[in-house]
Amino acid sequence: MNDMTTIRKSTPKDWESDQEVRWCPGCGDYAVLKAVQRTMPEIGATPENTVFVSGIGCSSRFPYYMETYGFHTIHGRAPAVATGVKLANPELDVWIITGDGDALSIGGNHTMHLLRRNLNCQFLLFNNEIYGLTKGQYSPTSREGTRSPSTPFGSVDHPAKPCAFALGSGARFVARGIDVHKNLPNVLKAAHAHQGAAFVEIFQNCIVYNDEVFESFTAKVNAPIRQLWVEHDKPMLFDNGTKGLALDVRSLSLKVVDVEGGDWASAGVLVHDQTNRTIAHLLVEMPFGAFPMALGVLYDDPAPTFESAVVAQNNKVSEGKVADLQKLVAKGQTWMVEKQPHAI
Amino acid sequence: MATAAHLLPPEEASANPPPEAVVVRFAGDSGDGMQLTGGQFTLSTALAGNDLATFPDFPAEIRAPQGTLFGVSAFQINFGSSQIETAGDAPDVLIAMNPAALKTNVEALKTGGLIIADEGEFTARNLDKAKYAANPLDDDSLAKWKLLRLNISQLTLDAVKPFGLGNKEALRCKNMWTLGLALWMFDRDRAPIVKWLNAKFAKAPVLAEANIAALNAGHAYGETAELGGQVGRLHLPAAPAEPGLYRTVTGAESISLGLVAGTQLAGLRMFFGGYPITPASAILHHLSGLKEYGVTTFQAEDEIAAIASAIGASYAGSLGVTSSSGPGIALKTEAIGLAIMTELPLVIVNSQRGGPSTGLPTKTEQSDLYQAVYGRNGDAPMPVIAARSPADAFDCAIEAVRIATQYMTPVMLLTDGYIANAAEPWKVPDMSTRVPFTVKFHSEPPAEGEKFMPYARDEKLARPWVKPGTPGLLHRIGGIEKATGSGNIDYSPANHQRMTDIRRDKVLGIDVPDQAVELGAAGGKLVVVGWGSTYGPIHQAVRRARARGVDVSHVHLRHIWPMPKNLGTLLKSYDAILVPEMNTGQLKTVLRDQYLVDAVPLNKVSGQPFRIAEIEAAIAKFFDGIAGNEGGELPADAKQLPSTQAVNP
Repeated sequence: MNDMTTIRKSTPKDWESDQEVRWCPGCGDYAVLKAVQRTMPEIGATPENTVFVSGIGCSSRFPYYMETYGFHTIHGRAPAVATGVKLANPELDVWIITGDGDALSIGGNHTMHLLRRNLNCQFLLFNNEIYGLTKGQYSPTSREGTRSPSTPFGSVDHPAKPCAFALGSGARFVARGIDVHKNLPNVLKAAHAHQGAAFVEIFQNCIVYNDEVFESFTAKVNAPIRQLWVEHDKPMLFDNGTKGLALDVRSLSLKVVDVEGGDWASAGVLVHDQTNRTIAHLLVEMPFGAFPMALGVLYDDPAPTFESAVVAQNNKVSEGKVADLQKLVAKGQTWMVEKQPHAI
Repeated sequence: MATAAHLLPPEEASANPPPEAVVVRFAGDSGDGMQLTGGQFTLSTALAGNDLATFPDFPAEIRAPQGTLFGVSAFQINFGSSQIETAGDAPDVLIAMNPAALKTNVEALKTGGLIIADEGEFTARNLDKAKYAANPLDDDSLAKWKLLRLNISQLTLDAVKPFGLGNKEALRCKNMWTLGLALWMFDRDRAPIVKWLNAKFAKAPVLAEANIAALNAGHAYGETAELGGQVGRLHLPAAPAEPGLYRTVTGAESISLGLVAGTQLAGLRMFFGGYPITPASAILHHLSGLKEYGVTTFQAEDEIAAIASAIGASYAGSLGVTSSSGPGIALKTEAIGLAIMTELPLVIVNSQRGGPSTGLPTKTEQSDLYQAVYGRNGDAPMPVIAARSPADAFDCAIEAVRIATQYMTPVMLLTDGYIANAAEPWKVPDMSTRVPFTVKFHSEPPAEGEKFMPYARDEKLARPWVKPGTPGLLHRIGGIEKATGSGNIDYSPANHQRMTDIRRDKVLGIDVPDQAVELGAAGGKLVVVGWGSTYGPIHQAVRRARARGVDVSHVHLRHIWPMPKNLGTLLKSYDAILVPEMNTGQLKTVLRDQYLVDAVPLNKVSGQPFRIAEIEAAIAKFFDGIAGNEGGELPADAKQLPSTQAVNP
């Protein structure tokens, strides 16, 4: 590498691979891909130290389109593969790309354990509430009553809540974004800045099998009144500052209050504290409809990472020990056979 | 052959030569510390220079209800002055710590063998639990054996009295009392056990002292005249062995050591992803203590994560290793396919156990050969290696690492519950003589204007291994079919045909050493072909038959897939082929398929290893049609072979 290339800051174009992108025209995945490619230069990432690991599903084609190292693994197992990558080389910047079926159905177990162990990585869950690649069956995040090829009369099971699942699993960073929203790169930057497993749920529109499923808060008319972008140390306001979230002390839950003339304080509106786990729990449990959709960094409170603990222990117990293979194979109680015995 | 010569009165004994080998079985409640007793007896036996083989046989339940038949834990050791390759057929001595242990083990004892029973435990309650209507020590139901009844419980309590232990704690020393007696019987040194007890109970010296007192008391009991003429001392001379430094090793230990040695010879770090499962967990335990050798161990959330993390580690430039037993291997199967498709090195150790499903977790079987060779979706070729013994597992593990890293492929190493748990003496290898097979990661960026080809091939058809983090070699891999060379997604018909052929040819082209004949010669009337832990009984059975002049040879496969290039010719040089396996005939099927030979199966799936006599009998049946050979005592010049189908009636 010459000096010019090391000094030059990368551009989004540098992060595009030579592969033809094969998602359906109009798929939300294109927007997420662009957002990630726009984010990479800004966080100072280098392509050779970046690894994208994915499972199976539409979103999991993602690594092929990034000019980085990439591993398109098997259904649900990206967190496990990524754990091996990171433990083998903690210097690598690991991104996991997954979907609602991949991360919460077939791979739910791995998602849980990745989060509780707190592997330092970015975990981007593209939630489109449907199985796209297998042609439209309902998914673990589909709402009750979803009609699909496998549920022609409507689904009857209760959907999983990805962010609540993540918090319950012990995640130390939980955020939400929207595929086409301009804030997505900021959410990704915050996820990357977080040391530890950074869980990001991205609402992603499947134009073929579940089009407009998020319209109630993403449509142009709904966005300003139904989206609440939380920010650390800022009051949790929405609907152009006319409404806010306050604590209902009696039920220990959140309530929506009206804010008159910008005086959010006297309306009792809570100030977001991204290190407050209780607030995070309240935000992810908020039923949409009666409440707005909470977006942005809901929770960010770093803790020691898994791979650093593993490396520290490996180093500590190896201290002062010499890796002498001959000594190792001769360990334990040994005895000497002196002379050649008679043959039998 | 082992005899009960040591049980004969002195005048008779002197007329007989000392036995070559003696088989002792310790049996008791799973809480009685039988595995511990057996393990220590093994150590002292090895230190006395006897060759030995052991067979631990314990229940799947951790603490089965006390005194019950299914809670019996046993440990058998065969030791002696000739080469020992099996844990022995029928025991010469049975040490029964309670009625249940007697009931479940006594039928295995040789006629005329010695029973040492702890009569203190033959209470009405325990007899009832063992479903004895009457006390067998008192009636003549044990008449065909010699019986030595000792109140081991009381003798132990007396011995440890000075230490002021509670009754329960005091009785825990019973196994050491018994061990002391056994050490006396076979003229074994107590010093290593005393040393071990002091180390084990370093934090509770009173327990160390009590156990040592029990050990000494058992030994002293033998020395005094109290035993009468029933038990004599027996000293087995040291077994012949090549000069050098020896230690005992279990299969789980030697596989772990072999994997460490292999990764060091390859110049790599090891990443071991495992999930607890019997009987494979011992490898995870062992490796987790060897971090200074560049080993990272990871106890994953499940079997799938265990292998997936190992694949991720291999992708990142470590050697990924995972280990399990049949049901766990089944869970890993999809990921094995991924490793085959992405052509990453990986070692998968399968400690086979009785199946299907949960099957017999603590019992041995070799019924995962089909799973290893064939058990995947798609045409998914993978090399398979099988260890024959605890000591052999060391070299097999190194061989697995060599093939995985040189050919960029997952490799399955088959072992079984018997090999994993059994101990045998092992001549400590001289590591300085091992030839390194250092891995060379690809790090050269392509020439200007050219693209890196992650699926380019070397002369072995292996693709380059690139560590993420290397500038100029960015690439993507995955489970989708990829174009030859570029590795880009490619579903085209001709490409899939070509890639399938390459994956097959790469594995078939692995340089596997030519198959040797273990015993006998190439060509002849009968060859007994084995693999894995049936080595011992096959070898002994063939040796005995040959000693009687029978034209039979022993061939034992290490490389199950691909098979040695000369194997077909070798097998066809015999008139008949017998394949004993602890399954319903899996290697037999592969041999028939590969070489169109009439391989005759001999099968056993009882969860117990073959006895030498069983294989001897099967060999004899091949010669049954020959007049005067009813007993299988074939004259060396016998001309014809009878129907081979008679072996498995």
